[in-house]
Amino acid sequence: MRTRYSEDQQAVSEAFGELFARESTAEAVRAAEAGCGFDRGLWDKLALAGAPGMAAPATDGGGGASLVDLAVVVHEWGRRIASVPLVEHAVVARLLCTGAGRSAPDGLREAVVSGELVATLALRPAAAGGTARLVPAGAVADVVAGLRDGDLVLGRGEPPGQARPNTADLPLADRDLSDAVILATGGSARGAFDAALTEWKALMSVAYAGLATEVLAMGVAYVKQRHQFGVPVGSFQAVQHGLADAATRAEGARLLAFRAACAVDAANAGADRLASMALLFSAESARFASDRVLQYHGGYGYSAEYDVQLYYRRAAAWLLQLGEPASEIARLSDAEFGPKVGAA
Amino acid sequence: MDFRLPAQAEAFRAEVQEFLAEHLTAEMIAATRDGTIHSPGLHRAIADRGWLSGAVPAELGGGGMDPVELCVLLEELQLHQAPADALGVAVVTVSMILEHGNDFLRAEAVPRLLSGEALGCFGYSEPESGSDVAAARTRAVRDGDGWIINGSKMWTTLAHVADYVLLLTRTDPDVPKHRGLTFFVVPLDTPGIEIRPVATMGTERSNATFYDDVRLGDEWRLGEVNGGWDVMKTALKYERGIAGGQFPSPPVIEAAIDWARTARRADRPRPIDDDTVRHRLVQAMIDVEVCRSFAYHTAALASQGEMFGVEGSMTKLFASESYKKHCAWFLDMMGAEGLLTHDDPGAHMDGLIEEHFRHAPVTAIYGGTSEINRNLVAEGWLGLPRSRS
Repeated sequence: MRTRYSEDQQAVSEAFGELFARESTAEAVRAAEAGCGFDRGLWDKLALAGAPGMAAPATDGGGGASLVDLAVVVHEWGRRIASVPLVEHAVVARLLCTGAGRSAPDGLREAVVSGELVATLALRPAAAGGTARLVPAGAVADVVAGLRDGDLVLGRGEPPGQARPNTADLPLADRDLSDAVILATGGSARGAFDAALTEWKALMSVAYAGLATEVLAMGVAYVKQRHQFGVPVGSFQAVQHGLADAATRAEGARLLAFRAACAVDAANAGADRLASMALLFSAESARFASDRVLQYHGGYGYSAEYDVQLYYRRAAAWLLQLGEPASEIARLSDAEFGPKVGAA
Repeated sequence: MDFRLPAQAEAFRAEVQEFLAEHLTAEMIAATRDGTIHSPGLHRAIADRGWLSGAVPAELGGGGMDPVELCVLLEELQLHQAPADALGVAVVTVSMILEHGNDFLRAEAVPRLLSGEALGCFGYSEPESGSDVAAARTRAVRDGDGWIINGSKMWTTLAHVADYVLLLTRTDPDVPKHRGLTFFVVPLDTPGIEIRPVATMGTERSNATFYDDVRLGDEWRLGEVNGGWDVMKTALKYERGIAGGQFPSPPVIEAAIDWARTARRADRPRPIDDDTVRHRLVQAMIDVEVCRSFAYHTAALASQGEMFGVEGSMTKLFASESYKKHCAWFLDMMGAEGLLTHDDPGAHMDGLIEEHFRHAPVTAIYGGTSEINRNLVAEGWLGLPRSRS
């Protein structure tokens, strides 16, 4: 049992931490927001570093890393709210290398694992008619995996290159999956999709922990240097206690998130439950942390000039790509208590 | 990184569960309603099994149980609602005596505490000093070779069944408060000690203890004269390893699920089919998994010899504050029926949720208040300036 990074994981964390800090500056994030929410230059650098296929099997040209190893990178991605669909892509890369996903058309798997093509996961099934709405990274992905009429499908097509305007300037777009090829049907389709979705939840919960860590660091730095009434704002106990509560939740979120990723790696029976719980808790923690930090910035926190608003908006938006949090809670409660009597 | 408990710890969990099935009875749990959260039979059985001495750190000569297994033991005790508060007190007392005590104290108190025959209790807080523990005023004055002690202590829980009190006294009032303190191990049958019950809103009874010209030989002194703060710091250190409190909510959640499934309400769905109830139950279960993650993390750190500090504050803060929230949620869920206490024959599960509701507030106070823990997180984790003198 080891709840800290191994030496290798520490090295990976530092290397990618530096890369994201250098390449995904607040300026770069703002530049991506002005476009379609995607930083192509950063994506190419990540592809060069092997990140998109890092957790795909080595036999398929991937890095052969575990989900937890990938989560170490995702934590750094979350800290810098980087404008690349690393999580969706990595999950689809793994999907295409396992079971049902292996039936993808020739060449696609290799191109996704290498990062040459950008892939994403439509988190919600396509509507009747085959359109998947508000797909994460839908504006920029070359390949979209998802569910259509209960089938696992893979769509390949020119991305629209334009996002639907949204709270966090994420590259959300609708994608037509009516022509997408079927990879699997029935139970195996659902199983493969759910496995990918569980991985997405575990990884996004780690990303949220990263977001919370960074926004707290930003808040601490600010309240130490900002003076009011002749003293640093951070010397006021009201401010300290708000930040302490946020830090406590953020650390709890980080531990639960990595614990969930470990459970997914170990194929534990409760991994899906834990990933879902981790996502809900870490999203809530990240929102709380960014809310406190924005508040303690005073008016500047609300201004576009300061960076906390970038985090505040993403803290809300990342989870909502999946749907309403209440639906996720309902899914968990159905599993715990059985479906509601009288419910459809 | 690997959060899975080692197979050995899971095997140990099975052993603890078997032990509790054999030794922990419903009567033992119900007996704590007299106010004393201690079961002599269970305490002895735990000691006989070697888990009390096992929990004492190896470098002090204890059993040095692996912290991960100790964590599993504490988890199971809490999940089963075992009245085992005295276990932690005994382990901390023994550890402090082994680290700071003279030969007399080691020979006199340690074997009796380890066998479960004798109990300890803590005498830190006073009527005028709680969180500001170093402001203790209880005076110890030199009297020839010995000492005379005068003063009073609050929240000396278990004192009425205990044999020793770990007493924090002031031996020099003319130096800064942290430098004039001295610890004693005081036998509670020493003449001049009076123990008065302090009733609480919860089920438990605490005590106020009064010391009126209590004469004590110097052999009962623990640590250096005016070195009491150093001893206090080690008490906090040992408490971290044995402090329970990470799992107060699961019994309440189980009871709430039972009520939600079985309650019948005219013209309304069962509570378990009500979205608000379902959501709160799931939120509470998520909080428990956060607590479990904290507990396994701190155990893993201790197991690798890493001295953790703030993580313990975070764990306690999160566990006690979320427990209070859960108790209020599930009391509300039950409406008027939730108010019935165990004295009412119609109370659901002997009024378990109601009893926890009254107990919960103390968990955010004793062993370091939530406010003190937030200070520690702000200073020790976030590096913010100290906000008090």
